[in-house]
Amino acid sequence: MDPKTLLQNFVNGLSLGSLYALIAIGYTMVYGILRLINFAHGDIFMMAAYFTFFFVTLTQLPWYFAAIFAIASAAVLGFGVDRIAYKPIRKAPRISALITAIGVSFFLESLAVVIFSGIPRSFRTIFPQFLNEMIILGGHMEVKYGQEVILGGIRFPIISVVTLIVTAVAIVFLWWFIYKTKIGMAMRSVSVDIPTTSLMGVNVDRIIGMTFALGSALAGVGGILWAVRYPQVWPYMGFIPGMKAFVAAVFGGIGSVPGAVMGGLILGITEVMMVGLFPGAAGYRDAFAFFILIIILSVKPSGLLGKPELVKV
Amino acid sequence: MTVKKRIVFTAVAIICLIIVLYLSQEFMSSYYSRIITLIGIYGIMAVSLTLVNGISGVFSLGHAGFIAVGAYTSALLTLSPQQKEITFLIEKLIWPFNSIQLPFFWATLIGGVVAAIFALAIGWPSLRLTGDYFAIATLGFAEIIRIFALNLNSLTNGALGLKALPDHSNIWASWGWLLVTVACVTSLSYSSFGRALRAIREDRVAAQAMGINVFKHQLMAFVVGGFFAGISGSLYAHWLSTIDPRTNTIGIMLTFNVLIMIVLGGLGSITGAIIGGALFAFLSEWLRFLEGPMNILGFKIMGITGLRMLVFSSLFVVIMIFWPRGIMGRREFSWDGLASLFKRRDRK
Repeated sequence: MDPKTLLQNFVNGLSLGSLYALIAIGYTMVYGILRLINFAHGDIFMMAAYFTFFFVTLTQLPWYFAAIFAIASAAVLGFGVDRIAYKPIRKAPRISALITAIGVSFFLESLAVVIFSGIPRSFRTIFPQFLNEMIILGGHMEVKYGQEVILGGIRFPIISVVTLIVTAVAIVFLWWFIYKTKIGMAMRSVSVDIPTTSLMGVNVDRIIGMTFALGSALAGVGGILWAVRYPQVWPYMGFIPGMKAFVAAVFGGIGSVPGAVMGGLILGITEVMMVGLFPGAAGYRDAFAFFILIIILSVKPSGLLGKPELVKV
Repeated sequence: MTVKKRIVFTAVAIICLIIVLYLSQEFMSSYYSRIITLIGIYGIMAVSLTLVNGISGVFSLGHAGFIAVGAYTSALLTLSPQQKEITFLIEKLIWPFNSIQLPFFWATLIGGVVAAIFALAIGWPSLRLTGDYFAIATLGFAEIIRIFALNLNSLTNGALGLKALPDHSNIWASWGWLLVTVACVTSLSYSSFGRALRAIREDRVAAQAMGINVFKHQLMAFVVGGFFAGISGSLYAHWLSTIDPRTNTIGIMLTFNVLIMIVLGGLGSITGAIIGGALFAFLSEWLRFLEGPMNILGFKIMGITGLRMLVFSSLFVVIMIFWPRGIMGRREFSWDGLASLFKRRDRK
């Protein structure tokens, strides 16, 4: 691979990775508090893309209203899922919570099939066209077969850069929220020790709900950016990105937000690089993430930045 | 109740079942006998997953992967060489499969064995993990199997899948294999091996301290579960007469369906798994009216596709929240239990 292709792949991998990171943060925050793999997270991501699509189609308002609406709805949806499905079984064994989460995930998917129908919808018309145009750095113009063609140079879609900027802003916001606000402090406290936190006068259920809402809002941002990048929405679009983001969260050390970001970026870059190096293996790119997962889980289950979990008998 | 009596009762029950199945095949329409066949197939899937998820205390989400392995293996063995020539458009099928054809029984058995080998290969690394990590790892492996099925054109025909499989899955095949499955899983779960599994399920560390080799026992259960999943995959493929490697047929969706069956029946009960499988087969046919055109209070509405899955998934979540024990809980059907039920009735 020549350096230019390498750089090109690097930018694309970085932006794909930042999408994984956005979703992974939601997994890791919920896992940090409840020790629950929130299977429904990928479907909230899907719902956010659908909300954007239908908001624009139905109201004809500009896309930024739709984005705000979709992110807010994703947050409400995440909060609602926690209230309706997870709160009643907080005391149940962990495995029942996992089964319920799988059920919720399929509920959201079938709900999307029923409400929005299973036909994939094109996202192209929703967002301004320039996002999918290419940025070209360097290179030179030449006339080939009577047409002007740009040769050489690095090219990547504008959306890659936009994704990176939006992710960076979202992560800064998240950092501010977790470390500088009272609710954030309560969240950190809940993740360490739930009974003690509730003795301190914190409404634990509310804080858990807020965590779901915050994670879902970030998944919503990811969902919209994803739908712009791969301009199609359909009810099962959340499964594979959701699973990969989960892999990223485990890779970075589940429970750790910086770990999730790091894991997401590494996973995105390696995935794009792998496809770049072995174009023949492109069909297996979805299997690649699971391979990584299985390797990490058997070598270092606590991930890059996670703390090993001790079980007391 | 003496052992002799129990054996007599069981034998009589099996003979009654055979008579009922025979009558249903003779006198019912082919539509109903297909559903009865499906009940048997779902029963095998559910019982084999119960052995893993309900009895041995690990939670696998990879069942569809083994079903797929069994389905592909047996389908490649039962299709005639000419048929395979026609089907494999993208790339030619590789050697041994392109020239052999086996009877359905042997193909199914080999499908089960290959699935068991896959289960061994997958269980070996995954069973070092516990709880939800194991669930995710098996889900990952099942997804890898599906992605390979989608891409290995010279073995699985890639995205086109396999079509026009011979229609071998009849009532006798599916219920016969169900009987074998139930007999094997029940005797396993009541042997010292099964008791060890239950001990691991209740408290892993305590079981280990009692000298039970947790890894070996769980791996064994996983492999047996994989074997019967492969059997059910073969039957299912020949029932459907096609194999389609997309998510909705042999992907996570299928694992989810089997999970609904065993949760509905009661996680950890073999009887419950069969009841759950039968209910699922019955409900998914009966609820078809939801997806057809309907007439509600004079309003004509068009059929809504996907409504059945919505009903199932909401039912699933509601069961998990309000009724986590399901129909049978962890209880099993037994003649003694039935007898005591009647005695209690009499006293009243």
